Amino acid sequence: MVQDLHRLKETPSQTAGPYVHIGLTPNFCDIRGVYETDLGTAMVNERTLGERISLRGRIFDGGETVLRDGMVEIWQADAAGFHNSPSELRGTADPNFTGWGRCPTSGEDGIFHFDTIKPGRVPYKDGRWMAPHITLWIVARGINIGLHTRAYFSDEADANAADPLLSRIEHRARVETMIAQREGNIYTIDIHLQGPKETVFLDI
Amino acid sequence: MPTQSNQRPETGAFFARDRAWHAPALTPEYKTSILRSPQRPLLSLDGTISEITGPVFGHSMIGELDNDLIHNYARSGESAIGERIIVHGRVLDENARPVRGALLEFWQANAGGRYRHKKETYLAAIDPNFGGCGRTITDDEGHYAFRTVKPGPYPWPNGVNDWRPAHIHFSVFGHGFAQRLITQMYFEGDPMIWKCPIVQTIPDRAAIEQLIAPLDWGQTIPMDARAFKFDIVLRGRRSTLFENRLEGN
Ligand SMILES: [Fe+3]
Repeated sequence: MVQDLHRLKETPSQTAGPYVHIGLTPNFCDIRGVYETDLGTAMVNERTLGERISLRGRIFDGGETVLRDGMVEIWQADAAGFHNSPSELRGTADPNFTGWGRCPTSGEDGIFHFDTIKPGRVPYKDGRWMAPHITLWIVARGINIGLHTRAYFSDEADANAADPLLSRIEHRARVETMIAQREGNIYTIDIHLQGPKETVFLDI
Repeated sequence: MPTQSNQRPETGAFFARDRAWHAPALTPEYKTSILRSPQRPLLSLDGTISEITGPVFGHSMIGELDNDLIHNYARSGESAIGERIIVHGRVLDENARPVRGALLEFWQANAGGRYRHKKETYLAAIDPNFGGCGRTITDDEGHYAFRTVKPGPYPWPNGVNDWRPAHIHFSVFGHGFAQRLITQMYFEGDPMIWKCPIVQTIPDRAAIEQLIAPLDWGQTIPMDARAFKFDIVLRGRRSTLFENRLEGN
C-alpha cells in the first residue's frame, strides 16, 4: 500500500437530453414566470467597450441535419483581453461586459446567435499571444459530454497564422472549421458534429 | 459575488479529464449519439486563461422560490402534485475542496413523468402547478438544497420499449469554463437505472453509482418531505507550485 492521494472522481457527464431548454432557458420554451429572464441573453449594455459584433451559426449532425434542440454557451475576454472572472489576475475586465452568453438553437431553423463584442488578445501559457477567439460549449440530446471548441475570426489572418492552438492542428484543412467568417458585423460559424467538415473539438 | 478575499485566487489549470470515466461520444445503444458524436480525436489543450476562468453568478440573482419547484410555478396557495422531496448535497472539486458560489440549475419531469414542453407527447398529464425548473447557488462550504416532487419515469423513443428511470437533470458552473458540466441524478433503489440506455453509456459501474442519490433519512423532514443527498464533483486544479515560466517573466 501507498499513501492515499485523497482525490475524488469527477461526476460523470450525462446528455442534456431533449428538454435542456426547460432547465436553462425556460422563458425561451414558454415556461414563464419562474425567472424574469433567461440567463446569458444579454452580454453587453450600452456602455460596453469594444467593437460590436454578432456571432451566429448552426449545428449539423453527421447526416447534415440541423440540430434544433441544442444549446450553445460562449465565454470570451473583453475588448482589452481580460475575463470577467475572479481567476483573471492580469487586469480588471470591463464591468459592462459579462463575457458569457447562452443561446438555444432555434426550434425553427436551428440558428444560435450572440450579440457581443470582438475580444482582445490573451496570452497562451508560454506568453505568446493567441489570436482573438471565443470559446464555445455545445450540448444537446445525443451528446454524452459537452463539446468545447473555439471560434476565431476570418479577418485576423495574420494572428490566426501565428496562433499556438491553430498551429497545432495537423490536418491544415481543418483549421477552417474554427474560423468564423465575417460579413459586415456578423461572424458565422457552423458546427459539424461529424463528417468531412467535422469541427475541431477540444479536450481542455 | 462570493467573497474571495480570504481565498487565494484560483489560477491553476485543471486536472486532465478522465475520459474513460465518462461516456464515450459514440454509444450506439443510445441511438441519437450515432450521428451526433465526433469521430475525430479531440485536440488536447492544457487550459489557457480562456478556459481556467469562468463567469461568476451572484446570490442576488436568485429569487426566493427558485429552489422550490413545488411552488415556483404553482398558483398562489397551491402546490405541485407528487412525492415531496428535498435534494441536497455539496459541490466539491477533485481535491475534495468545496466549490463555493457554484450555480446549479435543474430540470425534471413532473410526478407522472411528463415534461412541460411543446415537443413532449407522452400521454401522462401535465400538472398545472409544476413548471419543472429551478436553480440555486452553493454556500461557502459548497452546500446546496432544493425542494421538489419526485419525478416519474417516462418512456422514450429509442428501443421499442425504453424507459428513463426517475431522474433530475443538473447543470453546474464551477469557477472555470473548463469545469462546465451537465449530468443527471438518479434515485437509490430504482431498478430502472440498470435498464436505461442513457445510463449505460457510462462504462464503469462505479461511475454510474456516483450518479445515484441515496435516501438521506437523517435529513428527512417528518410529516413533510423525504431527503436525497447528491454530491457533485467538478474538476480540480493543479497547484501552481512550479508552473513553467519564461526566463525573467
Ligand atoms: Fe429527462
